[in-house]
Amino acid sequence: MTAVAYAWQVGECLLAIALAPLFAGWVGQCRAWLQNRSAPPLWQPYRVLRKLFHKDAALATHASWLFRAAPYVVFSTMVVAAAIIPSVTTDLPLARVADAIALVGVFATGRVFISLAAMDVGTAFGSMGARREMMIGFLAEPALLMVLFCAFMTYGSTALPSVVEGALSQHAVVLHPSLFFAGVAFVMVLLAENARLPVDNPSTHLELTMIHEAMILEYSARHLALLEWASWLKLFNYACIGFALFLPWGIAVHGAGIGLLALAIGALLVKLVIAGAALALFETLSAKLRLFRAPEFLTMAFLFAVLGLLVYLLLGV
Amino acid sequence: MTLDLLLQEGCQLPANVPARQVPVDAAQWIANAQRLHDQGGCLLALWGADDRDRDGVFRVFAAFLLPDQLVVLEHTLAGANPVYPALDPWFPVANRLQRALYDLLGLKADGGDARPWLRHGGWPEYLFPLRREVGATQSYANHPRPYPFVPVQGDGVHEIAVGPVHAGTIEPGHFRFSVVGEKVLRLEARLGYTHKGIAKRFEKLSLQEGHRLAARICGDSTVAFSWAYCAALEAVTEIELPRRAASLRALALERERLANHLGDLGALGNDAGLAFGLMQFASLKERLVRLNQEVFQQRYLFDYVVPGGVAVDPGVRAVRALLDEAAMLELAVPALRAIYENHAGVQDRFRDAGVLSPELARAHGALGLVGRASGVAQDLRVDLPWPPYDRLRPNRALASAGDVAARVQLRFDEVMESLRLCRSLLETLPPGSSQLALPAAESGRLGIGLIEGWRGPVMIALETAADNRVRRCHAHDPSWQNWPLVEYAIIGNIVPDFPLINKSFNLAYSGADG
Repeated sequence: MTAVAYAWQVGECLLAIALAPLFAGWVGQCRAWLQNRSAPPLWQPYRVLRKLFHKDAALATHASWLFRAAPYVVFSTMVVAAAIIPSVTTDLPLARVADAIALVGVFATGRVFISLAAMDVGTAFGSMGARREMMIGFLAEPALLMVLFCAFMTYGSTALPSVVEGALSQHAVVLHPSLFFAGVAFVMVLLAENARLPVDNPSTHLELTMIHEAMILEYSARHLALLEWASWLKLFNYACIGFALFLPWGIAVHGAGIGLLALAIGALLVKLVIAGAALALFETLSAKLRLFRAPEFLTMAFLFAVLGLLVYLLLGV
Repeated sequence: MTLDLLLQEGCQLPANVPARQVPVDAAQWIANAQRLHDQGGCLLALWGADDRDRDGVFRVFAAFLLPDQLVVLEHTLAGANPVYPALDPWFPVANRLQRALYDLLGLKADGGDARPWLRHGGWPEYLFPLRREVGATQSYANHPRPYPFVPVQGDGVHEIAVGPVHAGTIEPGHFRFSVVGEKVLRLEARLGYTHKGIAKRFEKLSLQEGHRLAARICGDSTVAFSWAYCAALEAVTEIELPRRAASLRALALERERLANHLGDLGALGNDAGLAFGLMQFASLKERLVRLNQEVFQQRYLFDYVVPGGVAVDPGVRAVRALLDEAAMLELAVPALRAIYENHAGVQDRFRDAGVLSPELARAHGALGLVGRASGVAQDLRVDLPWPPYDRLRPNRALASAGDVAARVQLRFDEVMESLRLCRSLLETLPPGSSQLALPAAESGRLGIGLIEGWRGPVMIALETAADNRVRRCHAHDPSWQNWPLVEYAIIGNIVPDFPLINKSFNLAYSGADG
C-alpha cells in the first residue's frame, strides 16, 4: 500500500460526495423529460443543499442528542460505504479491511440511526415512517446478501475489489447466467432501499403514504441537507455496487496510472448516465405498490437471488 | 297525513326546480321526516332563521330531495326555548347539520351528538353568531377546547392524528385514525377550520351583490354556487331567464365540471404513484382554464354568472375556439383513459380500495358523483332538469362498485358527457340577449336555487328583506353528506391508502365549513 493508494482512497470518497447530487439531478431531469415537463437544471440538488445550509435549523422541543446527531451519523456511514466500494479503482486500502458483508452492516447502521431519530421526537409520522422503513429494511437486507453471495461464489472472495479484479482478469467476456438473476434481484433491492418507486415515492407530499420522507419530516436546514445528501450518496453507492458486481469494465485495477484512472472516471460517468436514465424510465412507467405488496416485491428479489445462487451451484455457470 | 297529502299541503316555493314549502308543528316534523325517509327521500339541508324581530320566533327549515321535487319543511320555534325534534334517527347526515345549526343559531335538536362542530372556540359558547343581536364585526379571544373523539380500545390499537396542517398545500381538516398496525379500524374527521361566517356576511349585502359572495363559498364550485344564488333570486323576482343566458351558464357549469374532473383524474394518478398522469391531465386542465380566461375573462369563471344572465357573451370566434378545444379533449382524454385502464399497477391501487357499498350510500344519502359511483342514480340535471338541461337531456353516468376505480371511471364518463353537452350547447346557442335587468324583489320571500355542481347538488336558500337586501342566505354543499362516508369507506383499508381514497371523493372543506 502506497501513499498514492491512500490518496486515491480519499479522492474516491470526495468524488462520491461531489457526484452524488449530480446523479440525483440527472435522475430528476430524466423523470421530468419522460413526464413531458421541462426539467430543473442538472445542478438543482446543489442549489437545494446551498439553500438548506444557509437556513437556521429548527428543532422539536423534545428532540434529544440522538435527533441532532443522526444526520451526521447517517452521512458518515454513507461516506464510509463509498470508501469500501470500488467505483473507480480497486486499489483501496479500506476495502481490504472491510468486505461487502461489512458494507451491508454499514448501511444497516445508517438505517438504525435514522429510524431512531425519527421516533425520537414522538410524532405519529416519524414512528410510522420508521416502522415501515424497518419492515422494508429487514426484507431487503437478506436479498442484498444473497445477491452478494452469488457474486462471491463466482469470484471466490467477499471483498468487492477482488470481485472486480476477478471479473476483469477473465480474458474473454464470460456471461454468467447466475449473475443475470442476481442482477435482477439487485435492481429490485436498489429500488426498495433507496425509497424509489414502486416501493416509496420520493416526490410525494402525502404524509400518510411516505416511508423515507416521513422519517425526515421534522428535520430542517443543515440537518435536512445532510440527510438529503446522504440519501443521494446511498443511491450513488448502490449504483456503484451494481457496476462493481455486474458492469466492472473500466474500473482501474492494481497499479493503474493517471491515464487509466481518468478513463475509469469517464467510464463511471457513462455508466451513471445510462443507469440514471434507466432508473427514471422504470419509475415513470410504474405506479406505487400498495404498502403490503412491498414484501411480495422484496420476496421476489430474494427469490431471484437464490435462483442465481442455485444456477451457480447446480449448473456451475 | 300521508305523503301525497303532504305534497299537496303547503305552497309552491319559488325555485328553479319543482319545490314545495310545508309549515309543520313538532309532531308533524317527525312524522313527515319519517315518511319522507320511507319514500326514499334524502335530507339535503338543514338551516334556521332568527325571525324574532319580525314575529318573535325562530324558524328551522329542512330540505328533502325526492325523485321528482324538493320539499322544505318549516317549523316555528318559540323564542324562549328553541328546541326542535332531531332528525338523525332517520337521516345520519343530520348529526353534523344539527350541531352546526346549534353552533350558529342556538337552535337545539332534542337528541343526538352535542359536541360543537363549527365552533372551535373562536367565539364564546353562550353566543350564537347568526342571531340578530350579535354584531358581525365583533371579535373574540380564541379559546380552543379539546375535542372528544370517540375512543377505540383493544390490544395494539393506537391513534394517528393527521392535520389540520398537512405536508402539502391543501385545506385544513383534522383526521383521527384508530389503527392496528397499518389497518384502519375507525376514522373520525373534524372539520370547520375554514368557517368564515359567510351566512352572517350575506345579511349585510344587497340582493344584487350577493352572487359575488356566493361565488366565493367554494372556489372549485364557483359557477354552481353563483348559479344557485342567481336562480334563487330570479325565482323570487319571477323573471324568465333569456335562453341564451341559460345556455351560457350551462356551458360554464360543464366547463367547471371538466376542469375539476381533469384535475382530479391527474391527481388520482399521482396519488397512485403515476406522476405521468398528473402531468398530462394538468396540462389539459391548464389549456382549459386558459381558454376560459380568453373567452370568459376568468380562469375559474368567478363572477361569470350574474343575476339576470351572464357577464360576458362569447363571440363567434370564441365559439369556434371552444369547439376546437372540445375536439382536442375528445381525442386526448380517451387516450389517457386507455393508459390508466391498461396499467396494472394503477388498477391494482384503484380496484377494491375505499369501497362504499350501494346500501351504505343509500342509507346515508350519498349525493352527486360519490353517490353515482355507488349506484345511487341521482343527478339533478336528469331528475329535475331546469333550463337549459330540460332540452339538453344529459345522460346519467352510473357505476355500482363504489371503489376508487368506480369513482375514476365515473369521472371519465362524465368528462365525455360534459364534452358532448358543451358541443351541443355551442352548436345550438340561441340568439338574443344574454343579460336582463332584474326588478326589485318583494320583501320577506324565500327562494331556492338548486344546481348540480361537479360534486353534486348545491343549494342556496335566499330570503329577501326590504330595500332589495338579503335577509338570510343559506348555502349547502354536498360535501356535508359525503364527508361521513369517507369515514366508512376507509374502514378495513390501510393507512397509506387513505390519501388516494380521500382524493377519489375530493370533498370541499371551505364549501362545507361556510
